[in-house]
Amino acid sequence: MIKLNINGTLHELDVEPDTPLLWAIREHAGLTGTKYGCGVAQCGACTVHVDGVAMRSCSIPVGEFKPEQKIVTIEGLSPTVTHPIQKAWLELDVPQCGYCQSGQIMAAAALLQANPKPTDEQIRSEMTNICRCGTYNRIQAAIKLAATGMAG
Amino acid sequence: MGKVFDTSRRGFLKGAGVTAAGFTLGFHVPFAGDAQAAVTPDEINAWVVVKPDETVIIRIARVDMGQGTLTGLAQLVAEELECDWSKVKTEYPTPGESLARNRVWGNFGTAGSRGIRDSQDYVRKGGAAARMMLVQAAATEWKVPASECKASKGIVTHPASGKSLSYGQLAMAASKLEAPKDVPLKDPKDWTLAGKPVKRLDTVEKLSGKLVYSIDMKMPGMLNAAIRDTPVLGGKVKSFNASKAEAMKGVKKVMQVGDSAVAVVADTWWRAKSALEAVEIVWDEGPNGAISNDQVKAMLKEGLTAEQAFVGNQAGDVKAALASAAKVVEATYHVPWQHHVTMEPMNATALWTSDKCEVWTATQNAEAALATAADAAGLPVAKCDVYRHALGGGFGRRATSHDFVRQAVLIAKAMPGTPVKLIWSREEDMMHGWYHPTTMAKLTAGLDANGNVTGMHMRISGQSILATVNPQGLQNGKDPATFQGLNPGGAEGAFGYTTIANLLIDHAMRNPPLKAGFWRGVNNNQNAFYLECFIDEVAHAAGQDPLAFRQKMLVNSPKHLAVLNAVAQKAGWGTPAPKGVYRGLAQHMGYGSYVAACAEVSVDDKGKLTIHRIVAATDCGHAVNPQQIAAQIEGSFAYGLSAALHSEITIKGGKVQEENFDTYPALRMEEMPKVESIVMPSGGFWGGVGEPTIFVAAPAVFNAIFAATGKRIRTLPLADQDLRKA
Ligand code: FES
Ligand code: FES
Repeated sequence: MIKLNINGTLHELDVEPDTPLLWAIREHAGLTGTKYGCGVAQCGACTVHVDGVAMRSCSIPVGEFKPEQKIVTIEGLSPTVTHPIQKAWLELDVPQCGYCQSGQIMAAAALLQANPKPTDEQIRSEMTNICRCGTYNRIQAAIKLAATGMAG
Repeated sequence: MGKVFDTSRRGFLKGAGVTAAGFTLGFHVPFAGDAQAAVTPDEINAWVVVKPDETVIIRIARVDMGQGTLTGLAQLVAEELECDWSKVKTEYPTPGESLARNRVWGNFGTAGSRGIRDSQDYVRKGGAAARMMLVQAAATEWKVPASECKASKGIVTHPASGKSLSYGQLAMAASKLEAPKDVPLKDPKDWTLAGKPVKRLDTVEKLSGKLVYSIDMKMPGMLNAAIRDTPVLGGKVKSFNASKAEAMKGVKKVMQVGDSAVAVVADTWWRAKSALEAVEIVWDEGPNGAISNDQVKAMLKEGLTAEQAFVGNQAGDVKAALASAAKVVEATYHVPWQHHVTMEPMNATALWTSDKCEVWTATQNAEAALATAADAAGLPVAKCDVYRHALGGGFGRRATSHDFVRQAVLIAKAMPGTPVKLIWSREEDMMHGWYHPTTMAKLTAGLDANGNVTGMHMRISGQSILATVNPQGLQNGKDPATFQGLNPGGAEGAFGYTTIANLLIDHAMRNPPLKAGFWRGVNNNQNAFYLECFIDEVAHAAGQDPLAFRQKMLVNSPKHLAVLNAVAQKAGWGTPAPKGVYRGLAQHMGYGSYVAACAEVSVDDKGKLTIHRIVAATDCGHAVNPQQIAAQIEGSFAYGLSAALHSEITIKGGKVQEENFDTYPALRMEEMPKVESIVMPSGGFWGGVGEPTIFVAAPAVFNAIFAATGKRIRTLPLADQDLRKA
């Protein structure tokens, strides 16, 4: 049994310690908002927060976690879907297919947490998640918008 | 149903699980069941349902894979329906329901940028007919002529008496009326909702993680499957040893799927995937196991000068023109295989019993998915159905083949009554693609003493998509789609440079052993790259400005010219660019739309490229949602430039060498240029928007690179080609 604190709830999961956090979240905790895109820490679709820091959950085994570490997934970011990043995303109609967007939003939220007023250059070098639909221009603009606190 | 699974003419594809079903579909299935299944009382017609609480449900036959079609089609129906947009919800009917109702929703296929342009007429009529019935229901209730009543925002009023009734109140009565025969449509210039930049209908659930993609399917008792298919096209499983895997936690079954794959079914996908890695598989690779990239290139090269070729566009006498030219320019170009890499890997969930088969999946053509499912299930189509989920990207992959549906059904069939979700790992996905075809082109142009092009020969050598996907569609061996954007005329891609009096564009088909598929933009991409970079070369050889040179050659093609002029003007062509920044142009016509781009790039001393800005224009005739079109333009540059800068699939010993984003990189935000779009619908026709601007991505940027460095890049991808100034 592995104990994980996900979105403020302590889950006791029957999962092997070498299972990536991503699959424990999706298949054992049943939270499917966090996506699988590559499994090798390349695309960022699986991004979650671990104690406030963005991490690629496909590449960390659950055995490395302690129950007191706080894991937040897209479902736990804002119960009312009103995190400034989500509001900015809505205002600029960012998502296309949407599949990468859980990861993009989690990465962007962590970026703003660490750097509330990022420059365009900082956004462009920090946001390394892949979006195959190509929503990058809008993601960049939406992070700027969220940083102003004026979205929505 | 018509069996369209004959693969016998394609020896190299035999056993690869290929189905031709449903590319351009034509699901010519004479349905033998009830002609009209029961419809709900609140259904006004197949397209429109109005609930008592005023919710309007608009049915969408085509599919949204991110391109905004769902919202666009709903706008068109709602425009004619005159309903309250804030009350609109959408719903995907299933292909099974459609067949049971004589294909009432028409074609489900969403490819070729056809989602809106092919269905706009009948979906608008669906909305208009429903409005007429709601108005008639009110008029009957009030005993007044329908012509005295008005419909607006979901309410029918009779101004003379001041009476009004809502759509929700009228729906029941309206649904009992006969559908009107004569259904006039609005002139697009009178639109108030269509043509407007409204927000997408499906955004909020994409922000909360709540949208259920098919990879997120959960069902009681569901198991998960991971699969490994032959790494070499045409290969087979010789034998496999499952003893280690079978002993692993959660594993329920290890099985062969068809003659070319092995799957593990387990309680979770991660356990299935881990166990699959422990299965020892011995492959019979077949003849393709001996083929590598060099042989493929040699094969294409040979086609560049081959005697035999299919003619796509011909005028005058090109041989004579080239022989008498004052100057001849010649160049050879090459495009490799490219993979779609949808963000969501292929997956499908299937539930099979002896008299029913159901599939939950992401597809660009649910009817084709149904045909594949029924065939794999060994059941009549009428006993099968496909439920559609949001797509985590399509780009043509989920239209080209439903091989993943076939596999899921075959696995589920071995476990009757148990739903099984099959997910391809990214590696499985990348190695079993339907790749953008690989081709080469040799272009030869003759100039007279004044620098006018008197003749041009464009020889394309390489792969045909149709030969892979639907060989029955070949015309005496020729694949007409090879000439997209190079045709003498027509909506699917008219060659603009009609001032070239002596012209020959032909194709020597060479099909190396990797499956070719429809990849966003399809053959327009390489055709535009070849042609627009070459025209740039010829302009420079003639000592002329690339814009003026094109303008002169496009005088008979006013729509091609208009988009080109628009980008040149907005980008400031002819005025100084910022220091170190250089511009490049390209134009092309395809999928009904005219597109052009001007790229601004710089290249530093070390040869590092920065793409600063793209100005892109599209004339798509009628623009249903300019904001979504702008999003498609932005996205098509990300997708096109990703391929142009990074993408190449190679084979060694018949096996695809690239397996994931580490060896097949995708464009990230850091490389993404600012895209400024010009949506300039000139009216009178319907062009596509999901693909067309991708055509000009590579050539505009590569022409700008030439302007910056004097280096002509003739082979994709750019990757590590040296851009330091010569
Ligand atoms: S799935 Fe984790 S980075 Fe791609
Ligand atoms: S929105 Fe589709 S991959 Fe990003």
